[in-house]
Amino acid sequence: MVIKFQKNDKPVKITGAKDMPPMPAALGSMLQNKTGSWRNVRPIIDYEKCIKCFICWKICPEPAIDIVDELPVINYDYCKGCLMCMEECPKDAISYEKEGK
Amino acid sequence: MRLTIPEREIMTPGHLACQGCGGSLAMRYALKVFGKDTMLSIPACCWAVIDGAFPYTAVNVPLFHTAFETAAIMASGIKAGLMVQGKDTTNVVAWAGDGGTFDIGIQALSGAAERNDDITYIVYDNEAYMNTGIQRSSATPEGAWTTTTPVKHYKKGPKKNIVEIMAAHRIPYAATASVGYPEDFCKKLEKAKNTRGFKFIHVLAPCPTGWKSDPRYTIKLAKLAVQTNSFPLYEITDGIHYKQSIKVKERKSIKEYFKYQGRFKHLHEDEVQHLQNFIDENYALLEMKLE
Amino acid sequence: MKKTMMGNFAASWGAQLSRVQVIAAYPITPQTLIVEKLSEIVADGELDAKFIKVESEHSAMAACIGASATGARAYTATSAQGLALMHEMLHWAGLARLPIVMTNVNRAMAPGWSIWADQNDSLSQRDTGWMQIYASSAQDILDSTIIGYKVSEQVLLPTLISFDAFFLSHTVEVVDMPDIELVDKYLPPYNPEYKLDVKDPRSFGALTAEEYYYEFRYKMQEAMDKAVDVIKEAGKEYEKLTGRAYKLVHPYRCEDADLILVTSGTIAETTNVAVDELRAEGKKVGNLRIRVIRPYPKKEILEVIKGVKKLAVIDRNISPGYSGIFSQELKSALYNEVNIPVRSYIAGLGGRDVKIQDIKDMANDALKNDSPNDLIWKGVKL
Repeated sequence: MVIKFQKNDKPVKITGAKDMPPMPAALGSMLQNKTGSWRNVRPIIDYEKCIKCFICWKICPEPAIDIVDELPVINYDYCKGCLMCMEECPKDAISYEKEGK
Repeated sequence: MRLTIPEREIMTPGHLACQGCGGSLAMRYALKVFGKDTMLSIPACCWAVIDGAFPYTAVNVPLFHTAFETAAIMASGIKAGLMVQGKDTTNVVAWAGDGGTFDIGIQALSGAAERNDDITYIVYDNEAYMNTGIQRSSATPEGAWTTTTPVKHYKKGPKKNIVEIMAAHRIPYAATASVGYPEDFCKKLEKAKNTRGFKFIHVLAPCPTGWKSDPRYTIKLAKLAVQTNSFPLYEITDGIHYKQSIKVKERKSIKEYFKYQGRFKHLHEDEVQHLQNFIDENYALLEMKLE
Repeated sequence: MKKTMMGNFAASWGAQLSRVQVIAAYPITPQTLIVEKLSEIVADGELDAKFIKVESEHSAMAACIGASATGARAYTATSAQGLALMHEMLHWAGLARLPIVMTNVNRAMAPGWSIWADQNDSLSQRDTGWMQIYASSAQDILDSTIIGYKVSEQVLLPTLISFDAFFLSHTVEVVDMPDIELVDKYLPPYNPEYKLDVKDPRSFGALTAEEYYYEFRYKMQEAMDKAVDVIKEAGKEYEKLTGRAYKLVHPYRCEDADLILVTSGTIAETTNVAVDELRAEGKKVGNLRIRVIRPYPKKEILEVIKGVKKLAVIDRNISPGYSGIFSQELKSALYNEVNIPVRSYIAGLGGRDVKIQDIKDMANDALKNDSPNDLIWKGVKL
């Protein structure tokens, strides 16, 4: 019996060998790994300044910037806080705050 | 809304790359272009970890993790397996780091190129064995610090010119790319996707961890590498037709590139000048070949 | 249809009859004829397969792994140094649970350069998770290849079929070639549950923490245990179709024996003749050929040897610093089970001929001496 691949962001339940395929074949998505917890700093988009060039979306290595209603929106579940988006924003529309403030 | 690269996302977030990883960005672009009908062969390299540990994966396309020196031949084997089953359309991509390509994997790489196997080989070059903790590879540029080329004995001798080696196999398509130029990279990926036979793309992927740079500067560095002519962007078709894809009007000083990186900060003025001369000579050599 | 052919060609025809789909190979003596023949078969369109002419054996095994991971039937052949070069990828094929079948012509390891028979090459790969068969005739080679795929694809473990350089690889024998229709009936197309498939995208072989790695090893052992019965079943089914029986061990005149010689490969065939001669001299000697060494047929061996007074193992291999490998394996199987003295002989390394008389000498020596002995160098020149 093939163990189905789980596409959502929930952990895969494995209690032992019986829940595993014969070889290390993936059973689920890394979406379950919320890398937002790695973040020291939180980038924030100022939509007043944003010109919708989507450079921040384009260069996010996660990707943790989604396009929602034609706007770039940071997905804090996954944003690791590298600040590449802030550095590359041509309009200085992205600033940051320290996490845990 | 005008997007300059494909909108679709195939790679998922949640992967294990360090902050500001050029290698994960490169994969994101590659999968955007190649799409779902793609399979990956990945040897030991950062991406062996980035994709996530069992039972998880982040690439959303079939991926076969393989031994360090086998990225190319594993892709060839996969391609052959698919072809005999009539699955001819699938893009088979070997995805390896610089160590797996320039060093330990060069034999299988050369073999697959010589046979002109219908695969795309992409080396994401972060210029050292980053996954094992920043040891020098033959892709490490002269002058750089790594954990096996400590400051007092920094990397001597030039970076191996892998694209020239591949071009010498007269493969249909070879190109350099940089994650700092996503549109250019995507165009090259598209060309590779639409070319039959062996395709090779060498993409520069800055590594904040190994380059001792601030993660925010990954794009800046990937651009500066090009703008200083230390990593020129060009394509070679059939091993003989050289075409520059990003023209640099006025090359910037190598100092501009070095100043954001800790791995070069031990260099003295005369050493920097020596490296500047080397880059200029290298570029002059390339210019002679450009059409 | 009966044909005369070299042992090597029996491997080629076995692969063809198994309808292998991807072949990746690199030349090495004395294997080369196998893949030369196959490249001809593929070029002539007699087999619908892709032949990748790789640049090393390491790549040959890697290509087979890649092809097999997509659900294609993959085949390669090698020998000695080539097999040693594959070592890393043998583990890979085993743990990736890919049913690749490979032929290995047993040849001595260098230096000094030797192209002659010796089992150290394949026995050095004993712990890589491959099933291992030691063939003793050209017929065995051909049939084992077909049966190999049948078994491998059920238990998801690769199979290595080894046989002696020149004594078998280049010796012409009569082989009964089964009809392709018959083989097709026996060996259905391979269609694995887990494979590289764009419609079901998964990664294979990712970083695996201790949390899970241990269980994958457990699963491999489970598959090996299961393989014992699967090999028996597959052998029986093959016998029904062809009349030829293949088991894990092949006893010859062992029923009432005082001494059983334990052998493998071509030495086993010679031993059968020696046994006949010894029997004619009134000596109750039998021969137990170990055909499969992984999975180890412990139960099957014990069934044959229970009640025998003495055992003598002839090894065409040596684990330096201890003794012959078949001998070690046998003794570990006996321990805790029965108390039978074992005399262990090394013979025929590097292709030195092991003649009928040599085997009779070893048998007579074992009949005469009641004490066990871990290591006796038969015919060493001092």
